[in-house]
Amino acid sequence: MQPLRSHHQNDAIPALPLYRSAPPLEVRLEDFELYAIDRLRVLKAMSDGLSRGKNPEEMEKLVKGLLWANMRHPQASEDVNKDIISHFVLRLVYCRTEDLRKWFLSMETALFRYRFLLLTSNDHRRAVMAEFNLPYKAVSNAEYEGVKDKLGQVARSIGQPPPTEVPELVANRKVYIHKGYAYVAMNQVVSLVVTQFRSHLSKALILTNRKWTSTIREQEKDRLTPIVEALSTSYLGPDYSQPRESAEISIKDLDQIAKSSFPLCMRHLFEKLREDHHLKHGGRMQLGLFLKGVGLKLDDALAFWRAEFSQKDYTPFSCQKIISSTPGVGDNHGCPFRHFRFNFILN
Amino acid sequence: MTREECENGPADMLIDGNKARAPREKQGNSVPDKFNSNYLKFYYGKLFPFSDIFKWMSYGNDGKHPGCDQTYFGRREFSFTLDNDIYLRFQSFTSAAELESSIQEKCPFKIDIGPVYSVDPAKRHAYAQSGDNVFTPVERELIFDIDMSDYDDVRYCCSGADVCLECWPLMTVAIKVIDTALRDDFGFNHILWVYSGRRGVHCWVCDRKARRLSNEQRASIADYFRVYKGNENSDKKVSLTSPALHPFLARSYTEVLEGIFEEKLLLSQNILATEERYEKILDMIPDESVTAELRGKWQEKRQSSISNDINVVRWEQLKQLLQSGKHKGKGLRRYVEEIVFSFTYPRLDMEVSKHMNHLLKAPFCVHPKTGRVCVPIDPNSCEEFDPTAVPTLSMLLEELNQGGVRGDVGDDLDRTSLGKSIRYFRSSFLQPLLKSCKEEMESSYNAKLQQMKNSLSW
Repeated sequence: MQPLRSHHQNDAIPALPLYRSAPPLEVRLEDFELYAIDRLRVLKAMSDGLSRGKNPEEMEKLVKGLLWANMRHPQASEDVNKDIISHFVLRLVYCRTEDLRKWFLSMETALFRYRFLLLTSNDHRRAVMAEFNLPYKAVSNAEYEGVKDKLGQVARSIGQPPPTEVPELVANRKVYIHKGYAYVAMNQVVSLVVTQFRSHLSKALILTNRKWTSTIREQEKDRLTPIVEALSTSYLGPDYSQPRESAEISIKDLDQIAKSSFPLCMRHLFEKLREDHHLKHGGRMQLGLFLKGVGLKLDDALAFWRAEFSQKDYTPFSCQKIISSTPGVGDNHGCPFRHFRFNFILN
Repeated sequence: MTREECENGPADMLIDGNKARAPREKQGNSVPDKFNSNYLKFYYGKLFPFSDIFKWMSYGNDGKHPGCDQTYFGRREFSFTLDNDIYLRFQSFTSAAELESSIQEKCPFKIDIGPVYSVDPAKRHAYAQSGDNVFTPVERELIFDIDMSDYDDVRYCCSGADVCLECWPLMTVAIKVIDTALRDDFGFNHILWVYSGRRGVHCWVCDRKARRLSNEQRASIADYFRVYKGNENSDKKVSLTSPALHPFLARSYTEVLEGIFEEKLLLSQNILATEERYEKILDMIPDESVTAELRGKWQEKRQSSISNDINVVRWEQLKQLLQSGKHKGKGLRRYVEEIVFSFTYPRLDMEVSKHMNHLLKAPFCVHPKTGRVCVPIDPNSCEEFDPTAVPTLSMLLEELNQGGVRGDVGDDLDRTSLGKSIRYFRSSFLQPLLKSCKEEMESSYNAKLQQMKNSLSW
């Protein structure tokens, strides 16, 4: 299946593949891994953006930037291959458990949705619809004149697939329907197309999992399997493990900096510590390592913790890890956006 | 009251409506005049249109055409409710004769029609629940069930199981609104409306496209029709918030709802006649300055115009106030429409329509509580339909007796009031449906032949 090709050389957005079938391409082993990592960076950044509550407009911008930063190949004509290869490698990685599949399906669908919205020409969009076999026909000008008023009541329209393909739009009366055809606005087409994409990918992931467990994993145990298994647990954020000389804070600045600059989770821990003169282990780890990461000198730290701080060299927790930790009763660590009630954060 | 299932149907089996059955008196002691098993036996012997039901349910597959699927009728589920509430599910038959003899033998008080399954329901235990070789519905008419008891909060003449000519217009409204939408919006053609025998109507959409709809698609069509959301406890159950009404709602309003509300229901239900009743309407208008002004006008004891009905007068005042722009509130006009919608817009039983495996009572059954036959209703003249004049079992048997018993079923039918209904069923519904089925069968068979020819050519 041919992916769509952009007519414009200057388009920042690559053409939009539908990943219907694995292409017969040759990949170098290192590209196998690197392409996947680049794509994973895009997906994880999107995931981040969504959990921070970015609105659709912001997400579109974010996706555009992420694709530009991560998915371009030195040879522009290779962009599409990188796109396709990285998707299929990640399918192997993320097909293996229910949770992985769910996350991957969710992120790839979202990515597809934003890329579809970013398509600048209606021709491109129509081509995607045709690929999904959504039986539709464009409305002629004459026909349009006849139903214009009705459409004005609902929305502008260009496509015309039969209503049984648009269950959600029909159910909510968001389309004008006549004699078994729904007049769908181009912006509503997104929901159609995305639903199809999601449904195809969902089934494909199940099949991929079967193939993985029955043949691929064993066959590739010396080559691809170790790469695949490592990819789903890899950490892709900034590297905080290297000590940096520049940023330093001193113990007397702590109170002020905590109020102005600490992330909410760390500020909460800090204030609790000041209030109670105590933190449970999880909280101590989280705050302590953070302080180390922002440059609190060891002497100051020791003084600060009053000999409770361990010499062991841990890496400060990433947001991912904090978000996924589960504070118990009496604990104060974790991510406030995940665990605290809404009012607390607003205050 | 016990209810024995002779067949172990799946726990999620549904038959029309999920309402609990009212307890029935033991048979043999106080038999209602209008209904008993002897009358019913006679009805099944002389009048019930077996061959018409068979032809309908075959959808053209009972012919000699090579494109016919000989297994089709046999994969349809029927269910029988016998005397003493014995319930038999997954009944299937391979011919009209089998259907007839089984019904005459068992004399069911109620016959339900279910979906066409992937295999003969009688053989279902040999098949899996999932995977490739599965027992599952493959075709089923798109059906709707409208029950008068769902309108109890907006009708004052009756409640519960009762129905009269004052509230029957609500069913007329439902038929007109839904029928028009099914034809004009969805493009369906083969639609049968049937009186349910007591307090409602059923709709069977029999186009091939309709029979093949998935549960999800059925649900979205049912949701397209849904406007009323709520129960006795919510004040406002109809909320039409967008600046413009969807064309379907707008058309329903101007062509059906407004007219029936203002000309019939306003008066027959005395919707604004008493304080209790008009307060209910005022509760639907969130604007206090409007409701205060109306309340002020209506609390006066004397009527300014004696000739006009008080409901009409008050309704005019209400409309005037909301539509004149005198009060500054945004979208006040919409409240007029919301009130009309609340009192008139069709209320469907969503569950009936959403699932392919839902069973629905067969047309031409006799309702055990009323003795009335479930006759078809012509949507083009539904405003003339009178539920109190529908033939009853005893009435039909009277008519038969008067003429003396002859042999031919055709003659029997013609001598009774049922004849008219059967003729309507055949000419307006069955014949056009079968014609269309035949055409579809021929064209798809020819297409298949062509495909085979193409694939064989070098």
